[in-house]
Amino acid sequence: MSAVLAVEGLVTEFSTREGILRAVDEVSFSLAKGEILGLVGESGSGKTVTGFSILGLVDPPGLVASGSVRLGGEELVGAPEEQLRRVRGKRIAMIFQDPMMTLNPVLSIETQMVETVLAHERVGKAAARERAIEALGRVGIASPAERLSQYPHQFSGGMRQRVAIAIALLHRPEVIVADEPTTALDVTVQGQILFEMQRLARESGTALVWITHDLAVVAGLADRVCVMYAGRIVEAGAVGQVLDAPMHPYTRGLLDSVPAAAAPGARLHSIRGSTPSLARLPAGCAFRERCEKADDACASQPPANDREGRRVRCHHPLC
Amino acid sequence: MNRDSPLARFARDFSESRLALAGLGLLAGVLLLALFAPWIAPQNPYDLAKLDLLDARLPPGSKAGPGLTLSMYALGTDGQGRDMLSAILYGLRVSLTVGVTSGVIALTIGALAGVLAAYLGGRFEQLLMRVVDIQLGFPAILVALILIAVLGRGTDKVIVALVTVQWAYYARTARSAALVERGKEYIEAARGLGLSPARIVLKHLLPNALPPLIVVATVQVAHAIALEATLSFLGLGLPTTEPSLGLLIANGYEYLLSGKYWISVYPGVALLATILSINLVGDQLRDVLNPRLAK
Amino acid sequence: MGVYALRRLAQSLVVLFVTSGLVFAGLYLVGDPVEILVNPNADQEEKLRTAAALGLDRPLLHQYAIFLKGAFSGDLGRSFVFGQPALEVILERMPATLELAFLAMLISVALGIPLGLYAGLRPHALGSRAIMAGSILGFSLPTFWVGLLLILVFAVQLGWLPSTGRGPTEAVLGVPLSLLTWEGLRHALLPATNLALFKLSLIIRLVRAQVREQALLDYVKFARAKGLPRSRVVGVHLMKNILIPLVTVIGLELGSVIAFAIVTESIFAWPGMGKLVIDSIFQLDRPVVVAYLMVTVFLFICINLVVDLLYSALDPRVRLGAAK
Repeated sequence: MSAVLAVEGLVTEFSTREGILRAVDEVSFSLAKGEILGLVGESGSGKTVTGFSILGLVDPPGLVASGSVRLGGEELVGAPEEQLRRVRGKRIAMIFQDPMMTLNPVLSIETQMVETVLAHERVGKAAARERAIEALGRVGIASPAERLSQYPHQFSGGMRQRVAIAIALLHRPEVIVADEPTTALDVTVQGQILFEMQRLARESGTALVWITHDLAVVAGLADRVCVMYAGRIVEAGAVGQVLDAPMHPYTRGLLDSVPAAAAPGARLHSIRGSTPSLARLPAGCAFRERCEKADDACASQPPANDREGRRVRCHHPLC
Repeated sequence: MNRDSPLARFARDFSESRLALAGLGLLAGVLLLALFAPWIAPQNPYDLAKLDLLDARLPPGSKAGPGLTLSMYALGTDGQGRDMLSAILYGLRVSLTVGVTSGVIALTIGALAGVLAAYLGGRFEQLLMRVVDIQLGFPAILVALILIAVLGRGTDKVIVALVTVQWAYYARTARSAALVERGKEYIEAARGLGLSPARIVLKHLLPNALPPLIVVATVQVAHAIALEATLSFLGLGLPTTEPSLGLLIANGYEYLLSGKYWISVYPGVALLATILSINLVGDQLRDVLNPRLAK
Repeated sequence: MGVYALRRLAQSLVVLFVTSGLVFAGLYLVGDPVEILVNPNADQEEKLRTAAALGLDRPLLHQYAIFLKGAFSGDLGRSFVFGQPALEVILERMPATLELAFLAMLISVALGIPLGLYAGLRPHALGSRAIMAGSILGFSLPTFWVGLLLILVFAVQLGWLPSTGRGPTEAVLGVPLSLLTWEGLRHALLPATNLALFKLSLIIRLVRAQVREQALLDYVKFARAKGLPRSRVVGVHLMKNILIPLVTVIGLELGSVIAFAIVTESIFAWPGMGKLVIDSIFQLDRPVVVAYLMVTVFLFICINLVVDLLYSALDPRVRLGAAK
């Protein structure tokens, strides 16, 4: 099955006062049609920048330095802006974390949805409006025709995110990159949105890159998972395999840190140390200083180790 | 000086803009000229006995009479034979004195009022801010005009007018800064410990309001100098016995159409240099002291 | 929205009231009202007669009431110099000032918004730096001095534009305007440019600051992620958000420009309210000064009110109330 999205050796760098920092360091993964991929990592791991890099939305002082992003065979890295513009919103869409900030507060929902339709298709305004109403209905918004003329601040957080999802689905893209879309929402609403997204993805055959820090979300939603640390993918594989039998010590640490994993009354586990700043990464494996299994071999970058459809970057994988 | 002390960091950040450094240099030059005017000016422009009417309206570079320490009138003479260079140096002194004095007084009044309003809250704060808002809704020149029309002319009245025009900006800035500070927990702790209100206001709220106040101060002093010059130009400002740069420019107005430009133009250059240098410095100060706009 | 409008209206009336009280108190308590309201060239007997006729021997509050009553019916005293009601004198010259102010604001907005946009979108380009350096120069330049320079260069040296006076006027809806003729525009160009310079710099800086602040926000990225063309992202999404605070500033600056016209009108001998009030101050024609102050304060209050209402109309968050 050919991949609908193939990311190969993606590198994104930021020029700062402290030098050039690699927020995305040789990230590679591929996505099949209709597949849901979870991209997991703590804040600062580079997962959001990866999302932006795929769509070519990295603003200065950041820059996609090298690598390849192929959307159904079309190369996006280094493509001219007009080509990227045509692809964005039509073949690959993005959903952001905080819908209050992503919807323009002074424009009506109708304006923001109709313009998305008209940006990629030559249809009349009335037809575009109908599409918008239909899309709102699909994500479960009641009385969509009335709500069209309203403004973002008149919607609750969960509703706003549904609107953002509706916008993402307007052109039935091949891929949707969702950057922590449920983090800013109430727990109950989170569950609803997750369910909706899964259903919609399955219905329309849209592949999904789900960026999150929450392993629980990944467990329930994704088919495959990539674990990111300090800009690198340290482990990747089918969700069941990675969560049941993690190979990388960091993944193991993440799983152990989940409160539900601890016995009642026992001390909560946490990975010792803290995420290093990108400016002060240790040479070799970035996780060295927090890993119990680290030794001298870890002073060199661990190579990617592919085994039975799984991949891990570690000199001392757990299994 | 420790490499990373706040002062060193501040100096380093400030120096990032060459334009601002140039402004700082210019400002230093202006201040020195004004400070040492009585010693460097070739002539005392207030000493009417030394003026020779025959030397009136001479263009720059003309040969000077006996009353000067230089051999020529570097910037020409005005309608009464006064050496323009000397007049400008003294005028600079007056303009700066009035501008800075009014700024300092307005800062003091405004800062205290603003910080008190933030600390006391309640009706006092509401009333004060209402007054501030209303006053800031009126253009400065109008407020100044009303005051001068009512109070009459004179240096002290001009200063009163300038202070009245400025204090509201300081009050509003001080209050905002103090409100942010007041919300912080250590203030609650201080109150709990029984520290006197005066101490809290003076030692904690006021110092933290200082950085934004300094930024506002540079803009306001520049405005005050410009406003005083405007009022003097219109004949409503300082008395003719202490000519500020505005008055000098006004004096030259009548000679403009006959091509004797130097009487109005050069004092204006001095005025521009003063205001521009203050604004250049103030601009960079604002960028450095305001974390939100950090690039 | 209706409640809000009513509240602002009430506030404005209070401000007008308070200002009139301050002006009244200033003139009657600090100055000598006889000196102020009676022709200083009149002899003693006439002064006493006029003083009595004006009720200056009555208690202060009574006098204030008379003043207010007069104000409501449009009677703000009589000009000594012109022998006409002071209000009439002011209103005759108001169109001249307003058209100058309007032209100045037009110039500063028409140039300021595009320049500020460019400087904000491409902050590191050479053009942007030049624009920003220019804007600092623009608001450091003393307006009256620039006026003199403009006359020197364009009128005296080059002889392209007239140095003083207003052009020929045509009546539009009963109001004499001079901007409709080429000759009229020629006369207005220098004073309007002079007035506009300061505001232009302010607007450039404001627009640039707004653009830089807004361009970092998520909704801009999201708009691009939807595949919208850049022209729409800047022209619609960004602009609408910038326009809201901009409109407020422009409105307030309009009031400031009307006041600052005092200086420009004096230099260019433009026959507006500003020049009138300066002349009147020197000629001790105080009723005209009072009338000017009252009219201008009234104008500002109106402008502030309109700006407030405009703001709440433009920003849907204010207009439609809080989220559900």
